[in-house]
Amino acid sequence: MAKGITAKLLRSSLYTLTNIRTKPSYKKEAAATEELSGYPRVININQPAVPDDTQQPPIFCTNYVSTTKYTLFNFLPIALFEQFNRVANFYFLVAAGLTFTDYAPFDWPSQVVPLALVVGFSLAKELYEDLQRHWQDMTANCQKAAVHVKNGGFETKQWREVCVGDIVKVKKDEFFPADLLLLQSSYEDGMSYVETMNLDGETNLKVKRALQNLSLPAAVDDDKASHFSDFLATIRCENPNSNLYTFTGNLEYNGHIYPLDPAQLLLRDSKLRNTEFVYGVVVFTGNDTKVMQNTTQSPSKRSEIELQMDKIIYLLFGLLIFISIVSASGFGLAVRNTIRSWWYLVPEIPGEDFDINNFVASGLRHLVTALMLYGYLVPISLYVSIEAVKILQARFINNDLHLYDEVTGVPANARTSNLNEQLGQVDTILSDKTGTLTCNQMDFLKCSIAGCPYGKRPSEVELAAAKQMAAQDESSDGSLSDSSSLEAITVTDDGNINKKASSIKGFSFQDDRLEHTNWLKEPNSDVILLFFRILAVCHSAIPEISEKTGELTYEAESPDEGAFLVAAREFGFQFIKRTQNSVVVKERLKKDQEPVEKEYSILTLLDFTSKRKRMSVILRDESGQLLMFCKGADTIIFDRLASNGKTYLEATTKNLNDYGEAGLRTLALAYKKLEEKEYSDWHEKFHNAQISSGSNREELLEELSDEMERGLTLVGATAVEDKLQNGVPECIDRLALAGLKIWVLTGDKMETAINIGFSCSLLRQGMKQLCIVVSAEMLAEAAKDVVKENILSQITTSMQSIQNKKEPHAAFALIIDGKTLTYALEDDMKFKFLNLAVNCASVICCRVSPKQKALVVRLVKEGTGRTTLGIGDGANDVGMIKEADIGIGISGVEGMQAVMASDFSIAQFRFLERLLIVHGHWCYKRISKMICYFFYKNITLALTLFYFEAETGFSGQMHYDDWYMLLYNVFLTSCPVLALGVLEKDICAEFCLQFPALYQQGPKNLFFDWYRIIGWLANGVYASFVIYLVNIRIFSPESFRKEGQTADMYVIGTAMFTSIIWVVNVQIFLVSHYLTSVQLHTIWGSIVVWYLIVYIYGLMPVQWSAGNIYQQLPEVLGPAYKFYLSTVFVTILCNLPYLIHISYQRCYNPEDHHVLQEMKNMKKDVTDRKMWKREQVKATQETEIGLSARVDARMRMKGKTTRKYSSLAYSSS
Amino acid sequence: MNPVTNGALKSKKTSKKPEYSRFTQQELPAWKPILTPGWVITSFLAIAFLFIPIGLVSLFASERVVEIVYRYDQDCVPEMYRGNVSAYIRNSLTNKTCIGNITVPKKMDPPIFVYYQLDNFYQNHRRYVKSRSDKQLRSAAYESSTKECEPEARFNKSGDPVPIVPCGLIAWSLFNDTYNLIKKDKVLNINKKGIAWKSDTKVKFGSNVYPKNFQSNDLIGGGKLNESIPLSKQEDLIVWMRTAALPTFRKLYGKINTSLEAHDTITVVLENNYNTYSFGGQKKLVLSTTSWIGGKNDFLGIAYLTVGGICLFMALNFILLYVFKPRPLGDPSYLSWNRKAVN
Repeated sequence: MAKGITAKLLRSSLYTLTNIRTKPSYKKEAAATEELSGYPRVININQPAVPDDTQQPPIFCTNYVSTTKYTLFNFLPIALFEQFNRVANFYFLVAAGLTFTDYAPFDWPSQVVPLALVVGFSLAKELYEDLQRHWQDMTANCQKAAVHVKNGGFETKQWREVCVGDIVKVKKDEFFPADLLLLQSSYEDGMSYVETMNLDGETNLKVKRALQNLSLPAAVDDDKASHFSDFLATIRCENPNSNLYTFTGNLEYNGHIYPLDPAQLLLRDSKLRNTEFVYGVVVFTGNDTKVMQNTTQSPSKRSEIELQMDKIIYLLFGLLIFISIVSASGFGLAVRNTIRSWWYLVPEIPGEDFDINNFVASGLRHLVTALMLYGYLVPISLYVSIEAVKILQARFINNDLHLYDEVTGVPANARTSNLNEQLGQVDTILSDKTGTLTCNQMDFLKCSIAGCPYGKRPSEVELAAAKQMAAQDESSDGSLSDSSSLEAITVTDDGNINKKASSIKGFSFQDDRLEHTNWLKEPNSDVILLFFRILAVCHSAIPEISEKTGELTYEAESPDEGAFLVAAREFGFQFIKRTQNSVVVKERLKKDQEPVEKEYSILTLLDFTSKRKRMSVILRDESGQLLMFCKGADTIIFDRLASNGKTYLEATTKNLNDYGEAGLRTLALAYKKLEEKEYSDWHEKFHNAQISSGSNREELLEELSDEMERGLTLVGATAVEDKLQNGVPECIDRLALAGLKIWVLTGDKMETAINIGFSCSLLRQGMKQLCIVVSAEMLAEAAKDVVKENILSQITTSMQSIQNKKEPHAAFALIIDGKTLTYALEDDMKFKFLNLAVNCASVICCRVSPKQKALVVRLVKEGTGRTTLGIGDGANDVGMIKEADIGIGISGVEGMQAVMASDFSIAQFRFLERLLIVHGHWCYKRISKMICYFFYKNITLALTLFYFEAETGFSGQMHYDDWYMLLYNVFLTSCPVLALGVLEKDICAEFCLQFPALYQQGPKNLFFDWYRIIGWLANGVYASFVIYLVNIRIFSPESFRKEGQTADMYVIGTAMFTSIIWVVNVQIFLVSHYLTSVQLHTIWGSIVVWYLIVYIYGLMPVQWSAGNIYQQLPEVLGPAYKFYLSTVFVTILCNLPYLIHISYQRCYNPEDHHVLQEMKNMKKDVTDRKMWKREQVKATQETEIGLSARVDARMRMKGKTTRKYSSLAYSSS
Repeated sequence: MNPVTNGALKSKKTSKKPEYSRFTQQELPAWKPILTPGWVITSFLAIAFLFIPIGLVSLFASERVVEIVYRYDQDCVPEMYRGNVSAYIRNSLTNKTCIGNITVPKKMDPPIFVYYQLDNFYQNHRRYVKSRSDKQLRSAAYESSTKECEPEARFNKSGDPVPIVPCGLIAWSLFNDTYNLIKKDKVLNINKKGIAWKSDTKVKFGSNVYPKNFQSNDLIGGGKLNESIPLSKQEDLIVWMRTAALPTFRKLYGKINTSLEAHDTITVVLENNYNTYSFGGQKKLVLSTTSWIGGKNDFLGIAYLTVGGICLFMALNFILLYVFKPRPLGDPSYLSWNRKAVN
């Protein structure tokens, strides 16, 4: 709730009453830059389409919004350019070009066809994704808006047809189609209320005010005729820019010039609320609008694994260049020394391949050939295979029923598939609060009146903790101790705590002592009455009667206030009407009596600001008694109590602590009686101050308010639950147990953030809160250096307190606010700040701007080098979402900005657990296995070429048919590895969730580290060596079959290739753990298909094929036993080291997933529940946050061994 | 919101729900093999028990093969030319006939295969491999399709380049030593038919393609061809044209269909025409029988035995480890968090 604006958020009818604070500071800026003629943008209202021939017609962009990457015309060039920007693809492009020359060791199709397939596939994917964006744009562009056409009539047009200068009418709950200048609203004084959630994530309404003194005729809600037919005016204003909160310009009308400020600007994608309709002039359209200026092209993100993969590709390129140079020098030397005597080559005649008189040129020429020949080292299909796999993985995420939200009907959506495996490597989660962790709905849950706690329903935090504790007890065979006095939970007598039974929104209070007018029987019923009255009167909301149901709802500036009013209504104090200076409440003061209407005349309203942290009303009740009701933050109120008003202070404080621990938001309520004289004296001073125009007016008013709000008597306190989204505490707990760090970045004020910290278990009692705050005074007065010095010293002392911590379990929480953060994020301090932050168990940043959110994310990302995940739901999170390695948008609520900017969208925060721990883990394992295998299989093939080439005098001859090479990557070995990448699972989803520690395999990158990669590369080198040597030795030089014939080059080639096919397929079989019929079919299918290809290709008439393997399989190789013996032998020998390795590893050094697989296989999870539970508890990372940590801390504190459990945990679970 | 749109919205919402299938939910039934000690030991034993017999049988088969290798390139150069071998071999007038003796070590049963073996001869060189025209070999219609055959593509017949058939370096460098074997004054008949692959004689070498202008250039390579016999019948050419994979290679020369007894002495009368001297290549005459694994090759058997042995050793190794230091399957104490605790 931004303070400046909150102050304005009052009903139009209240406006005159409380117009204490006027124009915010931007007025000054406007005045400073006010050179009236200097505005570059000139808009002629109501003549948008008139082209002016005499003048340069102002060219404004249309309201058509496009977020697509390409247009129809630039798609091919740009997309192709992007494709060939990848070094591997560029290499293959050059190689493909060269295949048409004589340098090529093979025919053009073997190079061009795979490249065309690979690039074609990528282009198709790009096209598809861009089309989707286009369709999304189209739906936005085709929304309807009422635009003034002529003679006052309005016509429905599509958004994209709206032009600058048009007058547009927007009705209640509609979005603004463009940035509008507010002319008139349904309120007489031109007020209108706007919800800007899509822009900044704030859910409270903002006030916009039309120009005063414009003297337009009264606004009529009539689409046919309005008074705009002859409304001609000119707006001069600033050029489009991305600053949401500034706007300067002026309006020229009827010879007068009116200055404009942001209060008149209605921004696109915000929504009109509580106002029947408004008229506005379109100022900025389409891409000129503030919101579009704020959307930057989302940076294309690549996962860590892919970045590392690029390094491997560079490594392979290095190897490629190395062996090419070896080959070229070998060839050069051969040309210089030996080839001269090889008469059968007619070396005297220089050819395209060599010239014995110029061995250097021959060597260089051969380098080109070699670079192409060994190009198979670099897997051409790797990128495309990975892309295909990731698309399929993304489909699994989209189709996961466990990620589908039944309530909103929104499934998860992987919007980019680039980052699937990155989900398995997340280290830090940076989360938004409102809308992400919480629903932004307040529930009145408990209260303390006259020191007596009421409200028996436990908060979600308490519930979750109780459950957790019970579960822990179950698994710890009773050695762990009790939780008899589990938090402050009291269970209702019948044990019925069906939490969500209450259907009243905002009211979850349950306590018979207060409900149904039972409070009359309570000992302090007079205090209770006062308490309810304060709830019903001390606020700035207005009641609204729903047209459909006739029910009263309240439009309050904050959801807390709404919850209070609902609570008051439920207690029998129904606030029904607000007039200019009175509040009417229907009070039920007797059990069986009709409620009576009481009118309280409001004399003064001192409204709530985040600085004051309190609000008061001074009123006169029906008996004529002057009263002041006050509600505010407990610390503030407690400071202002009269000495005789502290009767309940001690008891209330205790209750407040309990509420705080239970994650509830608390406010204290107090009152005081006023004498007429006292008030009238004060009011005079106050009124004078109000109408004064001195520069110290604000301060004066502040002082006077302060003077009045003293000497209060404490009545009680309220505890409101900021309702968390479903399952948030549990989810945070599981994520914490999986070793993830969670930071909360919120635009909310510090108290709220801390409350949520408690309710999410990011904070708990006993955790040391390190607040880094600079006081407002200091910010205002002190020089920047001093402020920074101050912050630095705070950071240093905090750091010291962490370093000097005594107990092992001491945990720290860092809480910092936005202003301080501005300094802390500066270059000279940010790493100190980061260092402090990473040493804290939880970090909460409050009052941070969208930009700061992004900066914090960047700091964590770059400072720690770990993977960050940003999650949020509002447009204010867009920066963060884009900046983070993975951006997740919460969909399902209104506003799609976050989702549009995100990489993945989920409906609820709780789905994050499954997304990361299950899908992330799987994808990480799959992709890493897949990439390693890919490199392996290509090295295996390419090096056999090298060995053979060495034996041909480095002449660049291949012993495989061109088609083998072509088919190898795109066809013969692609399916099994795709199946592996899509379907492989090391352990099932349940186990992933039950053993969160397994997740750490990803962030620690255990499966794609250089040891593993080098191991795989070495395995490939070994395999190629064995395949080559053994086959050569078996087939040469003597006869290879009974009929006495000897093997020629292509026979050996085919035999060798057969070995390769077998080796790599058996290898992938050994790599897989989860073999569905898909994998089995692809693996065996590849082998069978290979034989079929050789057979069928061999049957093809020689005119069609190169003829090298004509009839080879049936005639030459098929009948030779050696062919089969060599295949079997090579297959076994190549895989033997790997087999020994995994056998040994599994037997004596098993990894976690190995043991779990075995347990699963032995059904230990069913037969040995006790062990199973125990291991689950142990399978966690040490964490100081989350429910479990909270329970642990509590256990430690108790340290007792009595066992008594609240039945709560069981009955609720 | 009116009920109609509400309903429409609702149905739209439900349609967003992913459909259940075992595939999309990643619940396909799968075989999840676990490498238990039992499996490990069994598979190593299985490989051992498969490989050792194969190795033995292969070795035995290789043992049974009788192979006589007779290197003659050195001996067949007359004393006087030893200092200047190329003068001898290049001169068409010198007497190239050479006589040598070989002894049969063991009884050789027919068919006995006669091979020539060349050494350091790069038939796999790219220039060499490329230098042929399959089209031309296949059919007389493509006689002038000699593009790939450079530098032996055309013969400049009085200013008019005419195609050489068969063109290219491979054919041009045709091996042309000849062997005659005499056993006890009786000539052993070497059958030179049926040494080429059927697919070659039937399809790849045309029966209507006759050699033309072959070896007519100044530069003479290897053997000449009888211009009256179609290529499909010139089996020695066909064998030669299948280029060998390695610089040391053997090619089939012919077959002997009589058996040779142990200790038989065979006189070899050969024409030492082919020039391997300039690049230092050896020439060998090889007589060999075959078994089911082909010619004599101990490598296969030894390799199988070695790997079989390794697997047997690994199996024993794992059995011993299993007996003395077993790891119970699914023992939670091996989980990383428990091991960390121990450490």
